Amino acid sequence: MKVLMTEYLRIDLDSENWECRVCDHVIGPARGNYKEGLLVYNRDPADIHPSIIDPEKYRFTFCPDREWVNIYEFYCPSCGTQVEVEYTFPNHMPLYDMEVDIDALKEQWSHREEILEPVKGPNILVDRCHTHKH
Amino acid sequence: MNNETNNSALQDQELIEKFLKDTTLFLGPDPEIMRDHRIMPRTPEEEKAMEAFTDLNQIASIRDRLQSACEEGFEMVEQMGAAPGAKWGDIITGIYSASGDLTIGSAGGVLIFSALVHHPIKFIIKNWIDEKTVGVSAGDGFIHNDSRYGNVHNTDQSMILPVFHEGKLVCWVASTVHEGECGAIEPGGMPSMAETSFDEGLKMSPFKVVENYEIKRDLLTFLQNSVREPKLQYEDMKVKLFACMRLEKRIKEVLSTDGPEALTACLRYTNESVVTEVRRRISEWPDMTVRTQTIMDSTLRENALLKVNLAVIKKGDRLIFDFSGTSPELTNRAINTQLPGMKGMVGQAFMNHIWPDLPRGQAGLSPVEFVTQPGTLVDCSYSAPNSQSLMSIFHSFTVAQHACAKFLYSCPDKYTRVLAPWHNMINTFIWGGVNQHGETLGNLCADLNGMGGGARMDRDGEHALSPIFATMADIGEQEMNEEEVPFLQLVSKKMTANTQAPGKYRGGMGYTMIAATKDSEQWGFMTTTQGSKVPTIQGLFGGYAGGSYPLCKVQGVDVYEVLLENPQLFKHSIHEIMNEQPFPDARYTTHHMGMGFDISKRGELYMISQGSGGGYGDPLERDPLYVIMDIEEGLISPEWAKKLYKVEFNETTLVVDNEATEKLRAEYREQRKKQGVPYAEFVKTQVKDHPPENIPFYGAWNGDNEVIYAGSLDDKRDAQNPGPIYVTHPKDVRIAELEAKLAAARKDAGLPPENERK
Ligand SMILES: [Zn+2]
Repeated sequence: MKVLMTEYLRIDLDSENWECRVCDHVIGPARGNYKEGLLVYNRDPADIHPSIIDPEKYRFTFCPDREWVNIYEFYCPSCGTQVEVEYTFPNHMPLYDMEVDIDALKEQWSHREEILEPVKGPNILVDRCHTHKH
Repeated sequence: MNNETNNSALQDQELIEKFLKDTTLFLGPDPEIMRDHRIMPRTPEEEKAMEAFTDLNQIASIRDRLQSACEEGFEMVEQMGAAPGAKWGDIITGIYSASGDLTIGSAGGVLIFSALVHHPIKFIIKNWIDEKTVGVSAGDGFIHNDSRYGNVHNTDQSMILPVFHEGKLVCWVASTVHEGECGAIEPGGMPSMAETSFDEGLKMSPFKVVENYEIKRDLLTFLQNSVREPKLQYEDMKVKLFACMRLEKRIKEVLSTDGPEALTACLRYTNESVVTEVRRRISEWPDMTVRTQTIMDSTLRENALLKVNLAVIKKGDRLIFDFSGTSPELTNRAINTQLPGMKGMVGQAFMNHIWPDLPRGQAGLSPVEFVTQPGTLVDCSYSAPNSQSLMSIFHSFTVAQHACAKFLYSCPDKYTRVLAPWHNMINTFIWGGVNQHGETLGNLCADLNGMGGGARMDRDGEHALSPIFATMADIGEQEMNEEEVPFLQLVSKKMTANTQAPGKYRGGMGYTMIAATKDSEQWGFMTTTQGSKVPTIQGLFGGYAGGSYPLCKVQGVDVYEVLLENPQLFKHSIHEIMNEQPFPDARYTTHHMGMGFDISKRGELYMISQGSGGGYGDPLERDPLYVIMDIEEGLISPEWAKKLYKVEFNETTLVVDNEATEKLRAEYREQRKKQGVPYAEFVKTQVKDHPPENIPFYGAWNGDNEVIYAGSLDDKRDAQNPGPIYVTHPKDVRIAELEAKLAAARKDAGLPPENERK
């Protein structure tokens, strides 16, 4: 049985591995840190958050200060999907963000049916597309 | 020991306790009350009532009546309240058990207000009921605002009334309003300049200000003299009192139809069943430890890097929020919070975005456990100022929200959609001075309520939607404001383009505010947010956070003269005004968003923008149609959309070339595989074993939570007992820099050092 853990990650309870939900790539042991099986890139904040006002003229420009923050991007090495993004202190260790108790997870899902599509929960509003006139 | 000596030892102990109680010289904040967020143990009266009343339909019907009473009280305060915060929903009314537990809060408004008032009620129960100089009787009302006795910050004032039935206390009611002005060192109630708790204005521990349902005029006059808005102080005390009296009336109706035991059973049953249900829901989460952090880039006085660190440990039906590794308190900066404020805000995260279907009481948070170190940003000492506690509690909200999303994704039962973090800062103008009618005012614009919503797992975040501390609050009517304040928002409610948090679903964006004073010589503004250098939130599952935002000023211009004489010069966006600099001879500057109170001149511009909620998922998965819709709505420029989302389209017709888009995206995925390096190699080449050398850093580094840095690489402290940290006044820092420069210049010029000159 497989458990959908995030938008892009699942855990195979039988093989005890993290897997990519986009390309089925086996990322690494589920008892460990999935990030260790991914590629990491230290992204320049200016690529994501542009200087809306001229950085030649001004100190604060809407663009985060690269000396003050790093943006770590984590990619699936097989399909290149961006699995996770972490805003962190400059040169800080990436966080071990999901440390799963696999034995407890197995126990929990032994009472559940496998779920192939994530459960969304109750809906609240009409989707934006339905009201938009093209 | 035989029985006799045992008895005499007990008597001695009682005697000692009585002696200590009778001779206590100061009833300060009580850790026993302040450090406990759980509902109280069941009392014998509650036990008896719950045995007598087991009909769940009756209990539900009473609960509904109490809930509508809270809505009625909320409506009264919102309609009649004088504070801007009251008009726009920064209020709440609630009903508390006889032991002081919040059971029902109004659906609208700020739950955390009510969720913290149980502390002052418990203080009143413990200290004033049996105190012969005070006492608690029908018709009494207690006022309170001191965060050290249970509050977010002392700009929020509460009115608390006991409800009696045939001489017996059956429950409590309370109403809280973000009043704004509270007599602090700066106007508006949230001074970022406060360096001690004595700079924060009125500090009201709970005291009796109402007898026989009437406000005591002598105390009122004293309070009015202690704040900048004396009329507002009176008006809102009355409004809160009347709302509480209405709640009391509705409760008495329940007492007359169902009796006091049914009421007691309803209150207790509601809280206990919420605790049971929360434990059941926690059990449904995967057993896991989730770690996250957010970055504070400012103390509101100077830029610095401060960490809010969180590990959430879930095991069985236990859920533990461990804030170890968080920055120590800054003992002379206002951004610290008292422990209950942090807990209340975590509770708010659950009630807003995770389990909004549960009754809005304190029971929802009751089973959750917390680990904090006293003397840290999220658990500060009683002497540290906390008038800008919003900073640390908002970050606490975000780390809680971010961590919980990672637990929720796999759950088969959800009560809301999985959500990326909301924008978490109050990007608004706080203002004060003498208005066009000659009245002294100090308050803020309700634009603080327009925080960008986080993206959900299946849709974009909504723009300028609601504050994280209330799901239903308004951003106010600008025209209404202008009747009372001497400034205009020349640009307002216009979205700030290219500020979105990208993702498969993007975050909800914020709007631009451009303000200029018009009709007063004595008027000023302040802004109190972090995030000018570093985003204050995180994205989710491959989505990004919102960007940063500056404070922009244009001085040396009277824009009202420009509008009269050369109206074509005026532009309606920050980027046009700052980049084109259309007003000749004006000075254009940018600043971080921690602006202390700044006296404004007529027609000078102050420009800010709200922030964006977090994005969700890989931006390469964003539906190209959504990208085009954002371009059509002016939310993003075509060039930037192309760059971020790798979409090919015709710039004139905005028709998407699907094939070219697919190709572009496939190429970019390949590029990622080239630019990304394996984790182990990344850690080896990029990770350092210490914080940056040239930036003051506060908190733990690389997960070693036993040691925390206190502003420099040399200042490492024991995390369990960090001790006080005093930050130098920014002006003294600047003076020292200038004196050093002057000394160097004198030396170069062959002059003796200045202090040796006689
Ligand atoms: Zn993959």
